[in-house]
Amino acid sequence: MSSVKIMVCMGPGGIASGGAEVISAFESELRQANVSADIHKGCSLHKVGCFGLCSKDVLVDLIIDGAKTTYQSVKPEMVRRIVSEHIIGNLPVAEWTADENYHNFYKKQVKVVLSDCGRIDYENIDSYISEGGYKAAEKVFAGMTPEAVTAEIKNSGLRGRGGAGFPTGVKWEACRKTAAGQKYIICNADEGDPGAFMDRAVIEGNPHAVIEGMLIGSYAIGASRGYVYIRAEYPLAVERLKYAIKDAHERGFLGSNIFGSKLKFDIQLKLGAGAFVCGEETALIASIEGQRGMPRPKPPYPVFQGLWGKPTVINNVETLANIPYIIKKGSAWYSSYGTEKSKGTKVFALTGKVKNTGLIEVPMGITLREIIYDIGGGIEGGKALKAVQTGGPSGGCIPANMVDINVDYESLARVGSIVGSGGMIVLDEDNCMVNMAQYFLQFTQSESCGKCVPCRIGTKRLLEILSRITKGKGRDGDIELLEKLSRDIKSASLCGLGQTAPNPVLSTIKYFRNEYEAHLKGKCPAAVCKELLTYYILEEFCKGCGACLRACPSKAITGEKKKLHKIDPAVCVKCGACFDVCKFKAVKKE
Amino acid sequence: MEKTLEKIMKEEIENEGNLISILQNIEARFGYIPEDAVNWFSKRLDVPASRFYGVTTFYSQFHLKPRGRNIVTACCGTACHVKGSEKLISAAAMELNLKNDEDTTENGEITLERVACLGTCSMAPVVLINKKIHGKMTLEKLKKELKLLKKAAQ
Repeated sequence: MSSVKIMVCMGPGGIASGGAEVISAFESELRQANVSADIHKGCSLHKVGCFGLCSKDVLVDLIIDGAKTTYQSVKPEMVRRIVSEHIIGNLPVAEWTADENYHNFYKKQVKVVLSDCGRIDYENIDSYISEGGYKAAEKVFAGMTPEAVTAEIKNSGLRGRGGAGFPTGVKWEACRKTAAGQKYIICNADEGDPGAFMDRAVIEGNPHAVIEGMLIGSYAIGASRGYVYIRAEYPLAVERLKYAIKDAHERGFLGSNIFGSKLKFDIQLKLGAGAFVCGEETALIASIEGQRGMPRPKPPYPVFQGLWGKPTVINNVETLANIPYIIKKGSAWYSSYGTEKSKGTKVFALTGKVKNTGLIEVPMGITLREIIYDIGGGIEGGKALKAVQTGGPSGGCIPANMVDINVDYESLARVGSIVGSGGMIVLDEDNCMVNMAQYFLQFTQSESCGKCVPCRIGTKRLLEILSRITKGKGRDGDIELLEKLSRDIKSASLCGLGQTAPNPVLSTIKYFRNEYEAHLKGKCPAAVCKELLTYYILEEFCKGCGACLRACPSKAITGEKKKLHKIDPAVCVKCGACFDVCKFKAVKKE
Repeated sequence: MEKTLEKIMKEEIENEGNLISILQNIEARFGYIPEDAVNWFSKRLDVPASRFYGVTTFYSQFHLKPRGRNIVTACCGTACHVKGSEKLISAAAMELNLKNDEDTTENGEITLERVACLGTCSMAPVVLINKKIHGKMTLEKLKKELKLLKKAAQ
């Protein structure tokens, strides 16, 4: 009797592509075919977390007697054939199985944090335990001193994966050495960087790894209470984590007398309410305390005086999820990956104009070229790579000619960007760099908490200048003014938000000054900035099909069937609908 | 309303709540933060209403005005932005006949709002329609969905 395991991706990409519908299709097809009763006794259907290659979702792994076949881009209507031909007939449906591109996507990846993600059933604690889950915590509680645990993490070279890159072991040690009756450990799951979703995927795909990481951390620093501060924009992550915490309680991994010791540890969820600045440690603490999330000056650092004034360690989700694997396999194993100063692996959200979008985990020090071309499969639609944006609103843009750079904390900092939380957005020739800078400033300006003047007023002024440049109303000296203002904001702001907010401006000016200059002359080279564009129809290409006329929301296009159409520039709102819809490339924008 | 507020009060005491969780609870029950609810809690807890107001306006998830019965949330994350979310939003606003910064249709049926990032960046651009996520959104798909919503409202 063979055993059949069906694993359906229910990660962020899987759900958006209809993972739930695929699961119900499997349920009904299996029922109809009477599979569990007749052919394969041990047929089970599992919901699992992110596989990685989201652009080919819904991904389904079919494991028959240990042999795995991956199906890509699965739709509910494909399920019947997979069940009848493969599960019953034992013959894979070759045209739907994962292709070479799928396998290339994983070739250069090294999975540590994500090693169980997409392989275990996130709703089932036994699934995590059977892969060695909670073994690391057991090892720590049974025979390691808190000093030994901190030393192990220090030796591994693990640095905070939330963005700042502070050595985790050093943070733990400082907190451990601070004498206090009550200490706290907080998991920062307020993944605020737009364009980053690794923390969401880790919590949704392997929530117990985060819990185990916190448990080990609590032992190392001597905390009996933990909090997970999680964005309310991630309702699914909240739900799965709640469920996992309840399960961990029932098994005695949380609560009192953990692993037979006298220690207790509890985790409480605190939902964010939508404020980017709450990813900053002291603002996060204020938010947990129920106040407006405004940062406080440091020092005192939270490890000495944090939540309710008590010593507090705050670690990011990915950092904590690394901990169980480091304890299990040892610091030497972990630090064998990466570069001299950036150890281990890092998860990146590879998105934008790249063929393969999704979640990747790579050893630190891999080149950007390998990520974009070997893993990402190159640029979409045969366009040219222009830049790669890393580190979100605190980061910068790396131009195409620097694509051979190593991706680690030091190398990215040298070129004016950061690793950050791991967003990696690929930009092509159709993206305007001034528009990108404006986009990020819009974000940081509206998310500035308003406490300190340089950030509150400085980002506002930066945004105003950028806005007038993109409207063709830039003035001579604006570029220099942006640079000066940026430097002032960076040096005078209270917290990381203000100190890094000008980075997208500075890095785009540094590498794409010509685009800024073109805007000052009234041209947007990438044809993005609306106010600098005019749309018109090329007589020689227009077939008079009327597609643009129907698509135009402002009725700016006139013309009879099979005759030349025209756009009235006075009425045109420059939405680009005609440009997108024209099959004959007759609509031009300049 | 009073009954609901008492219920919220009881829950918050049980769960060691705070100002934020009270407001989240109110928002979840009423769909926005009614002034009366704030005044009620202000009296009961002896916390100035201004503190509630301060917290409410600080966080983007709290709304001071009632929202539409259908919520369309366009993601404005970086990946969505580079894949044309702005275009989608202006097309949606036009389709819903929303003028000058309005976010809800006149009949109170549909609210169009933005969110910083939904964490579904690999499927950009994404739009959330009544909590269901739609990936790889196009102008046509969005218009079709909005027409369905409008039709259902009639």
